[in-house]
Amino acid sequence: MGFFESIGRYAELMFEVFSKPQRWRLLGRQVVKEIEKLGIDSLGITIIISFFIGTAITTQMVLNTENPLLPKYVTGLTTRETLLLEFSSTILCLILAGKVGSNIASEIGTMRITEQIDALKIMGVNAANYLILPKIIGFVVIVPVLVIFSMFVGLLGGYLVGFTSGIIQPSVYVMGIQYAFNPFYVTYSLVKSLFFAFIIASTASYYGYYAYGGALEVGKASTKAVVNSSIIILLFNVLLTNIMLV
Amino acid sequence: MIEVRNVTKSFNNVTVLHNISATFEAGKTNLIIGQSGSGKTVLMKSIIGIHRVDEGQILYNGRDFTSMNRKEVVDLRQEVGMLFQGSALFDSMTVEENVRFPLEMFSQKPQEQWKERVDFCLNRVGLSHAAKLFPSEISGGMQKRAAIARAIVLEPTYLFCDEPNSGLDPKTSLTIDQLIREITVENNITTIINTHDMNSVMEIGDKIIFIHKGHKSWEGSKESIFDADNEDLNALVFASKLFQNVKKYHNR
Ligand SMILES: Nc1ncnc2c1ncn2[C@@H]1O[C@H](COP(=O)(O)OP(=O)(O)O)[C@@H](O)[C@H]1O
Ligand SMILES: [Mg+2]
Repeated sequence: MGFFESIGRYAELMFEVFSKPQRWRLLGRQVVKEIEKLGIDSLGITIIISFFIGTAITTQMVLNTENPLLPKYVTGLTTRETLLLEFSSTILCLILAGKVGSNIASEIGTMRITEQIDALKIMGVNAANYLILPKIIGFVVIVPVLVIFSMFVGLLGGYLVGFTSGIIQPSVYVMGIQYAFNPFYVTYSLVKSLFFAFIIASTASYYGYYAYGGALEVGKASTKAVVNSSIIILLFNVLLTNIMLV
Repeated sequence: MIEVRNVTKSFNNVTVLHNISATFEAGKTNLIIGQSGSGKTVLMKSIIGIHRVDEGQILYNGRDFTSMNRKEVVDLRQEVGMLFQGSALFDSMTVEENVRFPLEMFSQKPQEQWKERVDFCLNRVGLSHAAKLFPSEISGGMQKRAAIARAIVLEPTYLFCDEPNSGLDPKTSLTIDQLIREITVENNITTIINTHDMNSVMEIGDKIIFIHKGHKSWEGSKESIFDADNEDLNALVFASKLFQNVKKYHNR
């Protein structure tokens, strides 16, 4: 299928997804479930990865900036900016694209090939709206929370480097992460994450929804979902950075 | 009653259904038979509107489905129940929640009456004891019965069954066939069943339509099927050794 045809089908699907829900009460219930499944269940991986990356960035900064001309606060500052500007939004969302994207694509793809989506349609349910909208809402709502967690835990990881290896004094690090703090970077990161969350949930849903065939196709759909949502995230990262920071 | 008039359907320039016309009456089990890949599922899904037909009309008690607007389609859907080949139960819900789902989505009745209706349907298919189990925890035959309960919970006027016996042993198949037939007669439903199972044909075939390579090749009653002057149909009917022997015996 051609590029423009895919875009067309995606747009068509989103049009269905964002139509009026048939039962608001069911939507509310589904959104809560999705927040739990897609968001809360991703908290663990978010914390682990952010902690170790925070540690690694700080360690690398100390080791690679041993120039006496550089001010002491540079380590904390660089760790903070790396986390706030790129890691806790873009890189975290790339990781979540792998976890959540494949989860959504395989769940919806399985429902497609086992005719559960047809069963919904037969009943007169708008299947795209019923299945996909709660996932998009749920994930877009919870991702900023994950981003905030990632920022804090990442900074904490850097802080603990001072205690564990002693290569940087904790007080120096703390001074660094407070130095020339620009709160807009947090906003920028959160805004980006909203876009990324939408990209992950909608792209994965798209590939799952149009799976056709057997279990093998569900696997392919989920791979395509991860690869393509990652690429789209990277493109939007450049775009949004140019709009918001340049 | 459902009337199909001159229906043609193709996928990516491959024509799967060629100009098919047929009539399906209420209170009867109407069978669509044919080999695997002959187009039975596509025909059924075209009648229900999962596939949009390229040409032709589909009349539900005189109302043309192909020219209905969205709202009319959604309304008609509530008169339709379907049993899918693989049951298509929602695997994140228990049997009871599956049966309850159409009510939650569409019922205008107060919630208190839902439970009564769900219990009635589960009892009707003999699954009261399995209400709290998930589809993955019950046998194929029970899944089929749960799917029947879900299909009839909104008291449909039309019931579609795609290969209701696939993957079931002969005895369970018979129970499912009889259940579908009883429900059809009890509620005067227009029932259409896809099958390639000759036991079903003999058991519940009120009217039979034979599809071969996307063409309607024959129609008639189960009594006339053995005398049909149709090579492709004979090949299907007498595919099993048992029927071949019966035929030999008959011709003697
Ligand atoms: N969604 C689809 N896209 C393309 N081809 C399809 C689709 N569904 C069915 N077909 C093709 O239509 C033909 C008839 O299939 P089907 O109706 O499933 O046969 P059966 O009689 O076994 O139910 C097959 O050749 C199948 O490959
Ligand atoms: Mg079939």
